[in-house]
Amino acid sequence: MTAGVIGDRLPRKEDRRLVTGEARYIDDLAIPGALWMGMVRSPFAHARIGSVDASAALAMPGVRHVFTGADLGDQGAWANAMPCAWPVTDDMKSPDHWPVAVDKACYMGDIVAVVVAEDRYTAADAVDAVVVDYDPLEPVVDIEDAAEDRVVIHEDLGTNRSYTWTLSPDPDAVERAFAEAAHTVRERYRHQRLIPVAMEPRGVAAVPAAHGGEVTVYSSTQIPHILKVMLAVTCGVPEHKLRVIAPAVGGGFGSKLDTYAEEFLALALATRLGVPVRWTETRSEAGVGTIHGRGLVQDIELAADAEGHITAVRARLLSDMGAYLQLVTPGIPILGAFLYHGVYDVPAYHFECTGVFTNRTPTDAYRGAGRPEATYALERAVDSLARRMGLDPAEIRRRNYIPPDRFPYSSSGGLTYDSGNYEPTLDRALELIGHDRVRGEQARRRAAGDTRHLGIGVATYVEMCGLAPSRVLASLKYAAGGWEAATVRVLPTGVVQVASGATPHGQGHETSWAQIVADKLGIDPDQVEVLHSDTAVVPMGMDTYGSRSLPVGGVAVALATDEVIAKAKRIAAHQLECAEEDLELVEGELRVRGTPSKSLTLQAVAFEAFSAHDLPDGMAPNLVGEVTYDPPNFTFPFGTHAAVVEVDEETGRVELLDYAAVDDCGVQINPMIVEGQLHGGIVQGAAQALWEEAAYDADGTLRNPTLVDYCVPSAAEVPSFRLDHTVTPSPTNPLGVKGIGEAGTIAATPTVINAIVDALAPLGITDVPMPATPERVWAAIRSAREAGAAGGAGQAQGAQEAAR
Amino acid sequence: MEITLTVNGEEVTGDVEPRVLLVHHLRDGLGLTGTNVGCDTSSCGACTVLLDGESVKSCTVLAVQADGHEVTTIEGLAPAGANGDLHPVQRAFHEQHGLQCGFCTPGMVMAAVSLLKENPNPTESDVRMGLEGNLCRCTGYHNIVKAVLAAAGQTQEVPA
Repeated sequence: MTAGVIGDRLPRKEDRRLVTGEARYIDDLAIPGALWMGMVRSPFAHARIGSVDASAALAMPGVRHVFTGADLGDQGAWANAMPCAWPVTDDMKSPDHWPVAVDKACYMGDIVAVVVAEDRYTAADAVDAVVVDYDPLEPVVDIEDAAEDRVVIHEDLGTNRSYTWTLSPDPDAVERAFAEAAHTVRERYRHQRLIPVAMEPRGVAAVPAAHGGEVTVYSSTQIPHILKVMLAVTCGVPEHKLRVIAPAVGGGFGSKLDTYAEEFLALALATRLGVPVRWTETRSEAGVGTIHGRGLVQDIELAADAEGHITAVRARLLSDMGAYLQLVTPGIPILGAFLYHGVYDVPAYHFECTGVFTNRTPTDAYRGAGRPEATYALERAVDSLARRMGLDPAEIRRRNYIPPDRFPYSSSGGLTYDSGNYEPTLDRALELIGHDRVRGEQARRRAAGDTRHLGIGVATYVEMCGLAPSRVLASLKYAAGGWEAATVRVLPTGVVQVASGATPHGQGHETSWAQIVADKLGIDPDQVEVLHSDTAVVPMGMDTYGSRSLPVGGVAVALATDEVIAKAKRIAAHQLECAEEDLELVEGELRVRGTPSKSLTLQAVAFEAFSAHDLPDGMAPNLVGEVTYDPPNFTFPFGTHAAVVEVDEETGRVELLDYAAVDDCGVQINPMIVEGQLHGGIVQGAAQALWEEAAYDADGTLRNPTLVDYCVPSAAEVPSFRLDHTVTPSPTNPLGVKGIGEAGTIAATPTVINAIVDALAPLGITDVPMPATPERVWAAIRSAREAGAAGGAGQAQGAQEAAR
Repeated sequence: MEITLTVNGEEVTGDVEPRVLLVHHLRDGLGLTGTNVGCDTSSCGACTVLLDGESVKSCTVLAVQADGHEVTTIEGLAPAGANGDLHPVQRAFHEQHGLQCGFCTPGMVMAAVSLLKENPNPTESDVRMGLEGNLCRCTGYHNIVKAVLAAAGQTQEVPA
């Protein structure tokens, strides 16, 4: 057998250039003659822009231009305002969003002028020299305050409410279920805003051809194909004159699934000035200038019968859009809308979400995008139900899982889950953390009055990924489709070239795609070269986000390889004078079954296809397969994670002692890459639970935009992980794959918080706010104690809520 | 100011403003772009290089402070070219999948080389504490720690 086929832990093909420093990220590109942009950003959350005095900046040597929003608008720089591609309702309100603010700055970091200078240092100095006269206005910082319209941010809209989106297939059934319920749970959860912090900040460079014509735009983006369309639409540049290249991209996590002011500015200024224009974000700029994730308040209610079977879920969200709608901002909560009953067989379902504007950085996709939020609310609430009923968290889940014989499962939210078998992942996760032993130690410590409390948290998730069937996206009013394109070419020398519309930025597609092709062709993965991330090399693509690359892009590669095989068999049958059905493809050779001496190598067939001297009548030359694949359904990966934490009652410090993850993403192409995705995702999810928050003060000032204050965990804060998996193939695609990019993040946040609440349950604590910093945990313990002293645990919860 | 550094074994003389950071001199002045810049507060460690064999964040050193000293960047760890051998730490990162997007990797590798030089047989905890100054957003550190432990014991023979 050839090494490196599907299921092998093949070390990655892309590593060499990365471990040697040879890879070129956007800031590494040498672009002779490029001018550098510097952004003058509003320090105020909400302010009328008065005069902009650029005279001191323009007097500095090396400073070429300073443009305000009014300048650019007057000069006709924009054909359209910046795009929001997901108008989730027909009556959604969206303010015009220009690359440079015109009258008002609407968040700290909003661009009010752009400096163009001969080098980046001069640009930075000049930004400081631009004097802007601001008239500060009252900011809207709190989500609930925003919904009240006390201060309206965008006057022309008349309200801060952008939209309300509802999914309520049978409202009477929900009412009935709550009326008849033996147990109900009603909880309110808050998701703090998170800063994505891809380790590489964003950057862009627009390079016009010397004598007009094409402009090449380099961007640190997840979406070169979508960006090309949006650049054309916004800047009024004909699309065929644009080439977009994503060079090496240092992580994205959704933050580079967007189209940003700086990208439009680079193109607009490069075409106007006729020279290359570039910009690299600083980390402190990224804190306010790149989208944030999460930021919502959830009210979730469960109804259950006497045995704890959940009969209805009702979820209402208030979601923070920030000051403007970015590319897919309003759709992010909707990506979770179908999953507030998750892995449980719940007959009645109601979801609604209102998106509101605040004077803060726009929110948008951040790893998981809507699904972590849904899973968090549900898995926390299910634990509440278990506590209320005196059931173990594992037991309440077992009673409610969709049974394996019900798949494909039609959910009350209107989805068809492809396949699933949830309980084995719970069993294995509990086994991996030594559940019974830890419960024993927990009881021992409690009996001994130990102030270091142990807690076990579990969460089971299902997500929908493989975005997405284009017709479903149409029903959700998403502007684009969900297909992916792939071309597989066997070149005359026998080397295989794959061009994929997916755009990796750390996921290892060059390796996984090579494994898929090598597996099918029976060749070494080293003979497969994967091209991507350049719209001139791969003209059609839908890019990488939402765990879609493998279940859509990888499947397209597999199907294109099948086309190659079918054509190769026709050619070989013609040449060997046999029937196609008698041919088999083994180790890169087309052999006649039973007559192994009668064969042609794939290379020989490719050369025949190339020379085209003797092909079957009517056959086009060249051995190429080209497929655009539109998936028939989403895919539904699932799994259970379990954590053990120790909470120090005296300091509030939480230590993550142990973490196990048992995931099922269907067939794994490269288990090593799957595990890597999980490791990173788990830490990002745990970081929301424990450390990270974009902290705004009442004036709308982000207090922690730098990495000194924004607590991205280091190796010292996290343990190693115990991972295992089950394999339940997806029946909806020929590879049986599901996607794994976001699973870790989806599961980890509720797992960790459930563990903390479990640890502190004897103190009467039922909730801790995120991030559960020592200070917050300590405050929760203190208020629970005070409430306990004042008269019982029932009041403890009220006291905690008041403390928030 | 004119400064002379020995960078990856080669003596290079250059003219720098006194305020220029070592990382900017390496990237902009000498074209060694393997060393990355991930923050502006000396927090992320992406710019870690070896200064006289010890790891430093090259954004915390002025280029003029490095005058007369030896600097090793990621480009100096392994010979260039498709077939050259990787440094044992680079090889371990590759084999253990200790990188994804690769942006933190040059700094992480240099920090690990320095760590193993100081402590050739570290425990998992030693590795985690030793790499505390280098942030990675992709790997959750699991495979980075595995890679450094795998490289331990193989690194005695290597320079830097």
